[in-house]
Amino acid sequence: MYPEELKYSAEHEWIRVEDGRGTVGITHYAQDQLGDVVYVELPEVGRKVKKDEPFGVIESVKTLSDLYAPVSGTIVEVNEALMDQPELVNQDPYGKGWLMVVEIETPAELDDLMDAGGYRKSIGAEG
Amino acid sequence: MAGAGKTPLYETHCRLGGKMVEFAGWVLPVQYTSIIDEHRATRERAGLFDVSHMGEIGVAGPGALEFLQELLPNDIARLEDGGVLYSPLLNEKGGFIDDLLVYRLQPDRYLLVVNAANTERDLDWARTAAGGRSNLVVQDESDRWAQLALQGPRARQVLAKLAREDVDSIGYYRFRPEVEVGPARCLVSRTGYTGEDGFELYCTPQEAPGLWDALLEAGEEEGVVPAGLGARDTLRFEACLPLYGHELDEETTPWEAGLGRFVALEKGIDFIGRDALVAKQEPGRCLVGFEMLDPGIPRTGYELTVHGRKVGQVTSGTRAPSLGKNLGLGYVPVEMAVPGTRVWVRIRGEDREAVIIPTPFYRRQRTRLPTKSHDSN
Repeated sequence: MYPEELKYSAEHEWIRVEDGRGTVGITHYAQDQLGDVVYVELPEVGRKVKKDEPFGVIESVKTLSDLYAPVSGTIVEVNEALMDQPELVNQDPYGKGWLMVVEIETPAELDDLMDAGGYRKSIGAEG
Repeated sequence: MAGAGKTPLYETHCRLGGKMVEFAGWVLPVQYTSIIDEHRATRERAGLFDVSHMGEIGVAGPGALEFLQELLPNDIARLEDGGVLYSPLLNEKGGFIDDLLVYRLQPDRYLLVVNAANTERDLDWARTAAGGRSNLVVQDESDRWAQLALQGPRARQVLAKLAREDVDSIGYYRFRPEVEVGPARCLVSRTGYTGEDGFELYCTPQEAPGLWDALLEAGEEEGVVPAGLGARDTLRFEACLPLYGHELDEETTPWEAGLGRFVALEKGIDFIGRDALVAKQEPGRCLVGFEMLDPGIPRTGYELTVHGRKVGQVTSGTRAPSLGKNLGLGYVPVEMAVPGTRVWVRIRGEDREAVIIPTPFYRRQRTRLPTKSHDSN
């Protein structure tokens, strides 16, 4: 449910870091809380995002939630597939349901994020 | 509000993995698996809903009919035993205090089924209206009734398996008071809030868990699923059935809400709100349905605009699961209430284009139903 190789934010985003770039999505817990995702609004490629600030919106049948950037950086890619298939966020939150890729500006910000164990604890999923 | 109430089916919902939320002072499942799946199952097969949170108010006595005729704008005298009527409950200004169903049990015994959140207010209102009448008892019966809704095209087959008499002969907006259904003795009503054929079953709280399990078991073959509040809301939304607190409130008249057919101005009785309704017969705004042309989902409270100027407000909106479109309901000036008219929804500070479309958004293919049909919403 919470892959060990990812870092997690208190706002329920995950980030996978490779070569100075981070792929960002929402966690299993977040998609489960939202329920059926029916709409995702993401910024344009090239825009800058700031750590802990909203960069987009995710909506389920019942509710909507802001998406918060786990790190600061510049968006280099967004998941266009979600325009037609927002349900990918429910079906595969750590894979096909990814949201965006950012060029990480300040790698030290990653130290503020939780590891899988810390995140599990924060949502009360341990034990 | 002090601790939310549990319906008699609370443990059942938890056992079935219901995601429990608080709604109108009750803890109820918003979904079991997925709102979309439960919604589609109800449209295609059947869904079973716990609606025990609904309030029930008994009105009994020789003065019951006269009283209800003064309390409610619809013509209660049209009801026969075994009949159900939808009616607004209005304040003196002609605005909605609630909307409800009236069941005629006997010529001098009626049951009002009201929205959970409004039960106490309705009771106060009714008792005040009843004043010092001695030929009448108005009583809160909410604790005496559990209510299950079995809704969808296969509801009739499923109920037929369990009922010890022919329930399919119950006409639309009709009911039968004492039907043995599996382990329970129920009031079986051909009503619902989903836009599908179906039944609402009233039984005692003690009988409710056994009835629930029996219906799910009997309906396994037909693919009946337990369905939560989330699907109940999307189903009623597609069918454009109004929800109190969204489409209806104390400032809204039946004319504005498109519910004028439930107001019997000519019934010859001066009911509460009548004068105001006569004066307001040409409303300035009315309820319309619209479809988003731009991306985005309209939500309750969002502004409707034209050329950047606010013209109204969204009352309900979502992505409609059966229709695959982002749809909304909202109030606009009457001159705009024409299908094809453009309107914009202010979503996160940006005006996004939508178009007014005919309602209801969803209408089922009607199968033939026996006996005469009654007015309903």
